[in-house]
Amino acid sequence: MMPETPSKRQLLQGNEAIAHGALAAGCRFFAGYPITPASEISEELATLMPRSGGTFIQMEDEIASMGAIIGASLAGVKAMTATSGPGFSLIQENLGYACAAEVPCVVVNVMRGGPSTGLATSPAQGDVQMARWGTHGDHPIIVLAVSTVSDCFTTTIKAFNLSEQFRVPVIILSDEIVAHTRECVELPAPEEVYIINRIRPSVPPEWYKPYEGDSRGIPAMASFGDGYRHHITGLVHDDHGFPTENPGEILNFHQRLTQKITRGFPEIMMTRSYRLEDAEVAIIAYGSVARSAMRAVEEARQQGIRAGLLQLITLFPFPRSHVTPVLKQCRAVLVPEMNMGQISREVQRVNQSFCTVVKHNRVDGQVITPDELSTRLIKM
Amino acid sequence: MSVSTQTIRHEYLRHNKKFPHVWCPGCGNGIVMAALLRAIYRMELSKDEVVLASGIGCSGRMPTYLDFNTLHTTHGRALTFATGVKLANPALNVVVVMGDGDATAIGGNHFIHAARRNLNLTAIIINNSIYGMTGGQYSPTTPFGARSTTSVYGHIEQAFSIAELAVTAGASFVARSTVYHAELLDTLIEQAMHKQGFAVVEVISNCHVQYGRRNQLGGAVDMLKSYKENAITVARAAQLTAEQLEGKTTIGVLTDRQLPVSTEEYEKIRLRAEQS
Ligand SMILES: Cc1ncc(C[n+]2csc(CCOP(=O)(O)OP(=O)(O)O)c2C)c(N)n1
Ligand code: SF4
Repeated sequence: MMPETPSKRQLLQGNEAIAHGALAAGCRFFAGYPITPASEISEELATLMPRSGGTFIQMEDEIASMGAIIGASLAGVKAMTATSGPGFSLIQENLGYACAAEVPCVVVNVMRGGPSTGLATSPAQGDVQMARWGTHGDHPIIVLAVSTVSDCFTTTIKAFNLSEQFRVPVIILSDEIVAHTRECVELPAPEEVYIINRIRPSVPPEWYKPYEGDSRGIPAMASFGDGYRHHITGLVHDDHGFPTENPGEILNFHQRLTQKITRGFPEIMMTRSYRLEDAEVAIIAYGSVARSAMRAVEEARQQGIRAGLLQLITLFPFPRSHVTPVLKQCRAVLVPEMNMGQISREVQRVNQSFCTVVKHNRVDGQVITPDELSTRLIKM
Repeated sequence: MSVSTQTIRHEYLRHNKKFPHVWCPGCGNGIVMAALLRAIYRMELSKDEVVLASGIGCSGRMPTYLDFNTLHTTHGRALTFATGVKLANPALNVVVVMGDGDATAIGGNHFIHAARRNLNLTAIIINNSIYGMTGGQYSPTTPFGARSTTSVYGHIEQAFSIAELAVTAGASFVARSTVYHAELLDTLIEQAMHKQGFAVVEVISNCHVQYGRRNQLGGAVDMLKSYKENAITVARAAQLTAEQLEGKTTIGVLTDRQLPVSTEEYEKIRLRAEQS
């Protein structure tokens, strides 16, 4: 049920918590196509959306789901889709459109083993770099990761807020473990939820320039039907939204897309520190792996090792300003991932010989256990 | 009608758009655009309540020039965007313009499902038998034997009949015209926009530049003349055999039926969900 009443505890699965988070954030349109391990998000919203006055639709494929959420958002309704690897490949074309046309929307990718049809029911984190670079062309995007059921709820709200604030699609990376774990979560009352909505134009329609950025580079967004008739295109466009081939206008387009995100770094970059104060070795982890990592830190501490954890909530833009101090402080940093090393590349990129960065990778469809991580920490 | 097309065009063309447009002189796209404007004018719709969406192609550029809420989407996906717009704000009048490649090659899956789903949308498909924008490659409606830049020795595949595809896929209203039959086109577009449910208007149109030229069909005027000569009404076609219909283009309303419209059905779902 939607949190209509004061905050309440509920036993939820990660996927269900994402659905509840979306509703709490004001999402009133969901389009999806069934895929394991993301289907429960669709199923939950097929039930809850109509009760909340929203719309659920199952489309003919993920390309269509992505198109539909863009359309809904342009008509003024917060919108989301959810998928997994193969579907995440299909959404890329229209995801790029949403980046170019600056259409707020949220895309959930519950990662499963890949490549291709891969391992449909096994956890993985193989789509991290794809989330950042999966579309063609050059543009920033925001990618967040969830590690607990409670995270699924709060991070989904955060995803909508960032998407609305910066007019950019936000991707939530979950994984099969987070998706299907059941935990008790405290759902806040609606009035306790902090919600950001896109800025609407305040000028009269004849003055409205749909792609003129404000002081932070973010344009006010009118909805179709509210009197501000304007043009939306995936072609590179000028401030009026019309296609342009003028080098100066093309440059403006690109610079604004990038700068609006760069200026937002402090708000966008989110991490959680655990026992880092005196740490000599640290783990940098995200998603379900961060949970094993937290336990491993405890186990290592019991063995007298000063270990800590930096959990990444924002994966992209890569939270360099949060990672660098950890690299400077520690002797060695362990980056465990259920892939062949995708965030470790980022950590290595920002590590200017501050410390040793050690990868720990698992792609056999099994979870990374606290034991295997504490064993590595002890040897570091 | 007393008001001239010229006046109507000035009412709906965007004055702040940097013209000229991208279309070749004589292209059928302009005729379709004018017919759409006349239909909207007759329906007395406010510009604010009209959404014009398109895919990618020469036809896809139409919304750029018109003073509505306009949406130039990705190749083949216009109907998916339109689905989101319509469901999010059912009060909007959503028209989708597509090319033949756009609607039935890359967007073929979306097209048949939009027809089956039966949202209250109007789809206008400008069928010029070719990929105009990319330089004259064959499309799903290029006739057997025709020349294109990718069928230089003659095309070896069969063509789709778009209108019949729409009928089979379940559209509520399906009609066909040619750009020669401009007045019929106005009426069909108007009927389609009035229709509750998914309404399709296929328009046989000339791309004399990429298609006509390679197939010895002459210029724009010659192609329009051939549409005049080969067109046959639905009523007349019903009396002819398949052999007699060979090479003819059936024009008029092919299907007009009452089916549950999913925009309205969803309202009922909301009521049912609230009660459960
Ligand atoms: C995914 C994708 N593939 C290919 C293209 C290149 N492309 C642009 S327009 C077009 C075909 C246009 O033909 P049609 O849809 O019949 O419209 P027309 O130009 O004839 O109006 C193609 C293949 C594209 N834009 N996107
Ligand atoms: S290439 Fe063909 S379809 Fe495109 S504008 Fe020219 S005549 Fe029209």
